[in-house]
Parts: sequence; C-alpha cells; structure tokens
Amino acid sequence: MSPKTNHWQDDIWRALKAGHIAQVAYVPDAGHEGLIRAAHADKAITATVLTTEEEGVGLLAGADLGGERGVLLMQSSGVGNCVNAFSLLKVCGFPFFTIVTMRGEWAEFNPWQVPMGQATPETFARAGFLVYRVERPEDAGPTVAAALANAYDSHTANAVLLAQRLVGAKVF
Amino acid sequence: MLERRTAVAQLLAERDKGLLVVSGLGSPTYDVAAAGDNALNFYLWGAMGLALPIGLGLALAQPAKRVLVITGDGEMLMGMGALATTGARRPANLAVCVLDNEAFGETGGQQSHTGLGTDLAAVALASGFVAAATARQDEELATAMAMLRHAPGPVIAVLKISREPVPRVLPVRDGHAIRQRFRSALFSYHGIG
Repeated sequence: MSPKTNHWQDDIWRALKAGHIAQVAYVPDAGHEGLIRAAHADKAITATVLTTEEEGVGLLAGADLGGERGVLLMQSSGVGNCVNAFSLLKVCGFPFFTIVTMRGEWAEFNPWQVPMGQATPETFARAGFLVYRVERPEDAGPTVAAALANAYDSHTANAVLLAQRLVGAKVF
Repeated sequence: MLERRTAVAQLLAERDKGLLVVSGLGSPTYDVAAAGDNALNFYLWGAMGLALPIGLGLALAQPAKRVLVITGDGEMLMGMGALATTGARRPANLAVCVLDNEAFGETGGQQSHTGLGTDLAAVALASGFVAAATARQDEELATAMAMLRHAPGPVIAVLKISREPVPRVLPVRDGHAIRQRFRSALFSYHGIG
C-alpha cells in the first residue's frame, strides 16, 4: 500500500490478502481510501465500485456462488441502504464480510451522519450479524482476520466497525 | 408481444451444461422453473433489485462460464444502478434478459416505468453494456436469444411480453437449499468437489 496510509490500514490489507479475498466491492469513503487503491492495484483482486451499498450484498453473494471470497467496504450511512438485502444472507446462509467506517459518533461535523451512524450496530445485530468494533490501531488487523475467518470458515455474516475516533473525524 | 413462458423455454432449451442462471423474484423465477428445474439455477424469491448484482459477482468469480440473469422490469428498475456498476466492470460472460410486461405483475398489475417512458435497453447501453436489444415479436426474439447466448457481454435483451396470466410453477424456496445445490453442482462440474 501507499506510504501515505496509516499502518493499521496496512494491517487490514495484509489480513484481507492472508484471508484470500478475491473481490472487493465498495462505495468510497475516505477511511477506506488506502484499501481501495491497493485493491485496484492488485491483479489477484477484482475491485468493483458500486452505485449503492446493497449492490455489494448481492455482488458478494454471487461471488460466493462462484467460489470466491469478498469484502464490502462502506461507511455507516450505507448500512441503512442494505437492510432488505441482508435478508438474502440470512435466508440463504451466505458467508458475508464487511468493513464499515463509522460516522456520527465522535466529533461529528455533519448532523446528517448521526442517525444512521448511531443505528449501525443495532441494525447489524438485528440482521443477525456478528459485530466487532475497532477503537485501537493495533486491533485492526487481528479483528479483520478473526471476522474474516468467522465469515468464510464458520459461514456467518460479519461486520467490523472502524470507530470514527480511529479513522479520524472528517474536517471541512 | 411475446409470451413469457414460451420465450424463456426457448431461451433455456438445450442449455449449455455450464450455463449459470440467476432469476429475479416473482414471475421470472416461476418462468425459469417452468422451463425445467436445474441445479445451476439460483432462484430469487426476494432481495428485489439484486438479481443483476448477484449475476455480476458470479460472472466475475467464474469468468469461463456464461451467466444469464433473467428478471422482470420492476426488479430491474429497482436495481437500475447495477446497470452502471456492470457497465463499469464489463464482464464478457454476463447476459441479462428482462421480461418486460410494463407492469408490477405480482401486486395488481400497476403500470411500471417501462410503460411510462423508461427504455431499459437504452439505459444499459448508455451505462457501458456492449450490446442491447428490445424484442417484441418472434423474429426479434431469435436475434435477442442469439445475443444472450453467445455475444460478448455484458449484453441485455428486453423482451416485451404480454400480461396474460400463466400457471404458477414454484421451485424450491429454501434459500440454504438453493445455494447449496447451486454450489455443489458448479464445483462438482469442475471436478473439485
């Protein structure tokens, strides 16, 4: 990854590679910028930009049908866009793995980010996900590795939430 | 106007053994089941708007296989952004067939956007699809089918179908079973268990 990125993003990237992630689907977020750039630069990975986050739920379900592992990168506002799509995961038992950059929880500048940011953990819980929260940089890599294993070895739906305090509050 | 069951039956007649089919919820799923159950059909009964994203993820994972998404106009309209996502990735092995009766057939036949001005073939073409066709009669259907089966993708054919009711043919609706059956068939076909 680029020397500009934080080391915890490098740790996440290494965990994704070690976990044999082949498809990266994303709606961009500044907190995922390094991962997105690395995914596009990696010939072994198919990186797909989405128009809306629920497409990523379908895309990764299709990838699983075809035998590939994937990750959906999005920010917390996108979680609300996915709600009905999550029924696909539950009804069919798809493994699923997403990394979410959190907004609306730590020195948030934009009030429009707060409702979905605050509702994100409960939304995932209600949809039957295993939910992990990363506050400290040193936890990012191990948490992603564990969640990825729970997704693709234990066939569950998993969401890693990267705390806004970790990612850095957006400044205008 | 085309007849939906006949059109889908023709499209799937003597299908290639490796063809992977994703069907959108409602009547397209029944049409695909009526054409002959197959383990390599992934039948959707919900998740409206996700037929094409699922087909796209599958096509990217299995570039050597043809992937055919068969869905309705309402389902495609809900996931219209996926036309742009597909056009951006351009998988050569992906084909989309929209069964377009210009109505929400499962919910009372309310008119849909395709009857109010939206041209899905044009939207797809403008979003980066390689080829698109709209078929209203049998000669056009033959051309559209040849494209769906063989042309380098992504391609889309919009089949204008009548609203005449057809008998329901309901395939398995246990999602775990549908997924497991599909993956077992796909990977044993490859000989990798």
